Amino acid sequence: MMNSKKLKFEYKYGFRVDHKPFYTTKPGISKKVVQEISWLKEEPKWMRDFRLKSYEIFKRKEMPGWGPDLSTIKFDEITYYIKPTEDRAKIWEELPPEIKKTYDLIGIPEAEKKFLAGVTAQFESEVVYESIRKDLEKQGVIFCDMDTAVRKYPEIVKEYFGKLVPPADNKFAALNSAVWSGGSFIYVPKGVKVNLPLQAYFRINAERMGQFERTLIIAEEGSYVHYVEGCTAPIYSTNSLHAAVVEIFVKKGARVRYTTIQNWSKNVFNLVTKRSKAEEEAIMEWVDCNIGSAVTMKYPSVLLVGKRARAETLSLAYSHGKQVQDSGAKMIHLAPETSSRVISKSVAGNGGRTSFRGLIQVARGAKNSSVYVSCDALLLDKKSRSDTYPTMKIFENSTQVQHEATVERIGEDKLFYFNCRGIKKEDAESLLVNGFIAPISKEIPLEYAIELNRLINLKMTGTVG
Amino acid sequence: MLELKNLSVKIDDKEILHNLNFRFEVGKLYAIMGPNGSGKSTLAFVILGHPRFVLSKKSKIIFNGKDITDLRPEERAKRGIFLSFQTPPSLSGVNIFQLLNFAFPKVNPSILREKVRKVAEKIGVGNEILERSFALGLSGGEKKKVEALQAVVFDPKLLILDEIDTGLDVDALKRITRILHENKKGKTFILITHYARVLKYLRPDYVVVLKDGRISNVGDETLAEKIEKEGYKNF
Repeated sequence: MMNSKKLKFEYKYGFRVDHKPFYTTKPGISKKVVQEISWLKEEPKWMRDFRLKSYEIFKRKEMPGWGPDLSTIKFDEITYYIKPTEDRAKIWEELPPEIKKTYDLIGIPEAEKKFLAGVTAQFESEVVYESIRKDLEKQGVIFCDMDTAVRKYPEIVKEYFGKLVPPADNKFAALNSAVWSGGSFIYVPKGVKVNLPLQAYFRINAERMGQFERTLIIAEEGSYVHYVEGCTAPIYSTNSLHAAVVEIFVKKGARVRYTTIQNWSKNVFNLVTKRSKAEEEAIMEWVDCNIGSAVTMKYPSVLLVGKRARAETLSLAYSHGKQVQDSGAKMIHLAPETSSRVISKSVAGNGGRTSFRGLIQVARGAKNSSVYVSCDALLLDKKSRSDTYPTMKIFENSTQVQHEATVERIGEDKLFYFNCRGIKKEDAESLLVNGFIAPISKEIPLEYAIELNRLINLKMTGTVG
Repeated sequence: MLELKNLSVKIDDKEILHNLNFRFEVGKLYAIMGPNGSGKSTLAFVILGHPRFVLSKKSKIIFNGKDITDLRPEERAKRGIFLSFQTPPSLSGVNIFQLLNFAFPKVNPSILREKVRKVAEKIGVGNEILERSFALGLSGGEKKKVEALQAVVFDPKLLILDEIDTGLDVDALKRITRILHENKKGKTFILITHYARVLKYLRPDYVVVLKDGRISNVGDETLAEKIEKEGYKNF
């Protein structure tokens, strides 16, 4: 009686610009390529050694034996380092026109003017633009790319770099450690509160490219910072790889919020290791939204090492068509009276697949801690699939544990109800999906929440914004 | 107003309505009665165009002179057909205001909100129910109230009420039927019910008995009383 209209999704950021990079390594990875990257960056010996050691680990490490299929990643075809420009720009106008056009289309310069305290923009392997508000600079806040940090603040970098995510953590952390380039370095001194978000924007433009940024955030005692990252890429028939490592140190009484709006095109493998350490009474919050990419594997984690430390992960995944969103959270309670909350919402449509993987561990001695995990999945049709893999290792009897999981399908009956009220299928789905993700989208700064809703509605209606 | 012509309906290859022919006239109230499984709710769903049901090639549904057999449910709704569901689904994350904003995209949301609040007050639906996720955790009676509320807000030409009386206490039933009665002018009502109780408040012009997917009897309101006394075996 009724033909359901096929949903299609068009990606707004799939454009590419013709850009001749300043320098690029040959495709493939070898000891020589790793040395070349280090040499180009004129790095100190300790970093070069770190890279070479990591490369050896990468060669030895097996691919993950669980989770999504990664067999189509061709390590020999990827270009591991592309330096887009000779120098970094301090004002947008200094950028080459095609790169400037990219960021204009994405809307970054506008956003900077309106509601950000600082911006870095990474194009391929290097940060091509960075700025921070003068008043924050005066208060001692550092916000720069990771390469600059290695040169200008070697003592801080040495103390923290690779300490939370060692190269041997997993194959992609090892790869990142070997060929890393760009990423953000944030240092917030004691007691300083950065009220507006700092944003980093990651763009892959070239085909078969690997982007391996490295982010390190140190929030000293009683400080606060909110970091937002966004990412897009052009659509190619070949695959690109994004394997980042993020390490965050939240000192006593400090609070860090890290928001990701991941919107890679559907040919990007997004395999990211994110970890943070929360000391006494510190608060760490991950807001992790995965909308794009071919395959995402990402499980932001928090080590709660100080008494009364708190952590929260709000995870949102939307998988459409052939996409696989394999995301989740890890909370490791190592001190008394610590608390963690994981709230995951996933949506799968048109054959999409989402998986939630959670690990909650409460060590013996972490008395009177509490954990809360809630994961809800929404399936738009019968072809789509959602899996939940929760693991709880509770070694402390005084722990309060709450775990809830639901799977909901937008079935024929619900859609029929909307239809009977004069609302068409696409609008009904959009209403239900937006209602479903509201607990997470309301936690995102308004400007991004609008963007997030727009992205979701695009997926639902197939119209191009 | 609404005409069913040679209406035969299958679900999963099983025919459940057999060659129904009936004409519903403007301004009249029809009670459709029948034992469990006689096809009453199916008929309501088919009038709205539920995709699960398959109609035979000869089947036709004519509404206000237009063939609507191939129209989608939302198009039928826009033409003025409204179904008050026997059991509306719960819609998590969506409240009634959001639902109605989509249903009435041209009406200013704050004006719509005001209107809904007024009707809700008359029907006896509390603010808390309006603000929460649609129908989530509501009792059977509360769900019926929310359906009746929409019936008034949508102000349709053809109003189909599927088991509006079950779950409602007698005061709520009186109140709701009175409000529906006030808005009856120029409308056609189809009341699907098991019991004659509701027919005291919404008095039918015709009682149509549906048995095993066929119209077995048509009469006036005295037919409902007889059924109440004797059961369906004689009708």
